[in-house]
Amino acid sequence: MDPRRDPRGALVRPYAVTRGRTEPSRDIALEAVLTCSATQVAESRFAGHDKYRIATVCEGRAQSLAEIAAYTRMPLGVARVLVADLVADGLLTLHTAAPAEGFEERMEILGRVLSGLRRL
Amino acid sequence: MDFAGYDPAGSRQSRGIVSAKIVVAGGFGVGKTTLVGAISEITPLTTEALMTAAGVGIDDPSKVPGKETTTVAMDFGRITMAQDLILYLFGTPGQTRFWFMWDEIIRGAVGAAVLVDTRRITDAFAPLDYFENRKLPYVVALNRFDGADLYEPDEIREALAISADVPLVMCDARDRESVKQVLVTVVEHAMIRLQAEHGRGFPAPVG
Repeated sequence: MDPRRDPRGALVRPYAVTRGRTEPSRDIALEAVLTCSATQVAESRFAGHDKYRIATVCEGRAQSLAEIAAYTRMPLGVARVLVADLVADGLLTLHTAAPAEGFEERMEILGRVLSGLRRL
Repeated sequence: MDFAGYDPAGSRQSRGIVSAKIVVAGGFGVGKTTLVGAISEITPLTTEALMTAAGVGIDDPSKVPGKETTTVAMDFGRITMAQDLILYLFGTPGQTRFWFMWDEIIRGAVGAAVLVDTRRITDAFAPLDYFENRKLPYVVALNRFDGADLYEPDEIREALAISADVPLVMCDARDRESVKQVLVTVVEHAMIRLQAEHGRGFPAPVG
């Protein structure tokens, strides 16, 4: 039985893996993409099991915070805290989500997304 | 990229890969995940959020004995458009009481498509109100179910009380080309809106 469905509660409470922290050290958007080099994966071995799992998910392929949470089966909030830690420790590289401000910048991204869709 | 992972200044934020997202909303069972799955390069994934303090009062945990957390699931898909550009499609949770999750999903979004089933048109009211209030550009997509009554677009527009500048498109959520057209309409509408706001000198960041 999935512990999250167990009415008695999960054996390991969800935020135990973050040592009880529910606030990430930096805000990371759902769609923000992360990458991990082979060196970073190797170094993350020493960061603990859950962080290592995250690093391996991102090895060689850009993955968003949402994908990391889905593939590791961690609740989103938990994944966000651990990903923020990994970024702060230099074990994951955070890429930018589409800019929310600046007319030129926003138009440029929209234009690229539009032509990307049309090419599909 | 030869320099992937090369980080001379020790800066941990890279401008390398940009990601954008489009939100797919609509009532329960209207075909959101079908729409995402029709165009996503991956089988739609599900990520779960635990309801924390933000949800207290909306879904009072004390009223459900033995239940300490509620899990809110959302489905999403991915389209890798270029080595440095990825588009994500996020479906909103079906239950509109999970507004806190919607806020997270729409933050920074390009725009939204509200999927409407003409047999249950009132299901679209909540998402339409929500996007209207948050100033997120949205389009209305009528999902044509087999055997569903067909209405004229004008009748639907009137029934939903959507203004003339909101695009309304017919679609088949199972069909890739049709879904592609919906997404193209969302992005075009977002560009028109952004251009108009810029012209008036009132840029309105979403979120």
